[in-house]
Amino acid sequence: MTTDHSLAAQALTLAYGERAVIEDLDLVVPPGRITAIVGANASGKSTLLRSMSRLLPPRRGQVVLDGRSVHRLPAKELARTLGLLPQSPIAPEGITVADLVGRGRHPHQGMFSRWSRDDDAAVAAALEATSTTTLADRAVDELSGGQRQRVWIAMALAQQTDLLLLDEPTTFLDVSHQIEVLDLLTDLNRTRGTTIVMVLHDLNMAARYADHLVALAGGRVHSAGDPADVLTQECVRAVFGLESRVVVDPTSDKPLMLPIGRHHMAAPAGALGERT
Amino acid sequence: MTAGLLPSPAVVDAVAQGRLHRASRRRWVVLVLAALVVVAFAASLMIGRTSYPPLDVLRVVLGEDVPGASFTVGRLRLPRAVLAVVAGLSFGLAGVTFQTMLRNPLASPDVIGITSGASAAAAFAIVFLGWDGTAVSVTAIVAALGIALLVYALAFKDGVAGTRLILIGIGVAAMSRSLTSYVLSRAGAWDFAEALRWLTGSLNGTSWDATVPALLALLVLAPVLLAQGRQLSALLLGDDTASALGVRVERTRVLAIVAAVGLLAFATAACGPIAFVSFLAGPIAARVVGPHGSLLVPAALVGALLVLVADLVGQFALGTRFPVGVVTGVLGAPYLLFLIVRTHRAGGSL
Repeated sequence: MTTDHSLAAQALTLAYGERAVIEDLDLVVPPGRITAIVGANASGKSTLLRSMSRLLPPRRGQVVLDGRSVHRLPAKELARTLGLLPQSPIAPEGITVADLVGRGRHPHQGMFSRWSRDDDAAVAAALEATSTTTLADRAVDELSGGQRQRVWIAMALAQQTDLLLLDEPTTFLDVSHQIEVLDLLTDLNRTRGTTIVMVLHDLNMAARYADHLVALAGGRVHSAGDPADVLTQECVRAVFGLESRVVVDPTSDKPLMLPIGRHHMAAPAGALGERT
Repeated sequence: MTAGLLPSPAVVDAVAQGRLHRASRRRWVVLVLAALVVVAFAASLMIGRTSYPPLDVLRVVLGEDVPGASFTVGRLRLPRAVLAVVAGLSFGLAGVTFQTMLRNPLASPDVIGITSGASAAAAFAIVFLGWDGTAVSVTAIVAALGIALLVYALAFKDGVAGTRLILIGIGVAAMSRSLTSYVLSRAGAWDFAEALRWLTGSLNGTSWDATVPALLALLVLAPVLLAQGRQLSALLLGDDTASALGVRVERTRVLAIVAAVGLLAFATAACGPIAFVSFLAGPIAARVVGPHGSLLVPAALVGALLVLVADLVGQFALGTRFPVGVVTGVLGAPYLLFLIVRTHRAGGSL
């Protein structure tokens, strides 16, 4: 099962006040794949994601979903196709997991329509997919960081959108929880064909999990494509201003970036089978 | 099909059961609250210097002429009790709307100056301009909207942060109250009890002339707010998440602010800023209903119950007759302190 929704930014310029953050940017999100957006701090990656989910109106250009500008689509119609998990979502005090996940059904319910069996099924499926079934009656504020992040993803899943945008879904998580969340998103993509677009700050995680890697620098796309082609020493230098080696990760066969700091530059060139 | 596409029926049933359980608790709480409001309303019609049996009261309410009771109940107690319910519902609804929208129990309109602004304007219109009736209500609503805009504008800096808004609102509330005091000090002919109406809120001497505009405002504006109930609860998840769920955040906010400010202003023009009802209704409702679904209806009922009971207590339980706002103030002030102490203990800011 794959979805064939097309999502693209066209000549997009985004600004806060006078300061342009994204300038004249073009980006096509490959349907049914996992796209990761990387870039230095303040490179505009979160801003871009916010605009793609219509939280930020463009100064110029547009974000197009299936041929229509997202900023002109009815709010609920958009929310049935495209979901967003913001960087730091807020859980109301004392809310239980099942109730929070149920909030994901909002775009599927009209003003007077009652909660249906479909809604229950969607919530149950979201709980099962994220292994949070046993947490259903717990209060969200009592959960660990990793559990909480799974619950938020469950809420986004209950929304049953074919496209899911996530802003740094692994921030504040330790490495095992990071892997857990990224594995979960990969499962989702492989079993349901959900198109995933995520902003990640960890370049190596991005290269490992993305089918399509987008590197932002100076408000523009520096390079985009297969991680093996995008993640190069030249790219790391241009995007992060950092010297590095890029080797092949023996566990995933994906590129792995090893930063070179002023105190660590000992390994002889070529010894690690680098890509330049 | 893979796991995760089709949920197991047992989990679906568990989800459905949990939801029905929450819904039924909520229904019960709302029913009990509504019943308590009816009881308190009946009690305020029956109890007084002369008490009347339920049957006499019922006959008066149905329009029959009962010697003695017709005047006392029909002319004195009925408008007062109706206004208590209307004002309680209005303050409760408006309070929980602001608290939900700004995600902070301290952000209720009586803490951030909107109610006291309406009160100052109403007192000013009556004392200095000699206005009454609708003109006073309109002045109150214009002032309340103006104060809401002023607080919002002063707090605006790259979006509105809750803490800044609350602190600015507390300042604006202090200014409004000092303006009210000034106006009252210039009104020589007024008695002290009448002055208290504009300082703490009072139902003494309520007539139908004061009650009817507030009742009409409630009938028009409450449905507007209730229609936004689900959107408002979604705002508790943060603007970004709410928007991602298909809520039109700005539209919801504007509708809610206008409706809530209107409710407050009309109620305040009738009975003054009954202290802390807006502030208390939402948190009490949240405590009894639990954190599920919209708090609008439970908070409105709690508001009505607070005003009715506080008015009964103020009139009959304390020896001297106190205005209703003195009693609610005694309840509200410790809770305000408790909230501030708790947030500081938790290491948070306001």
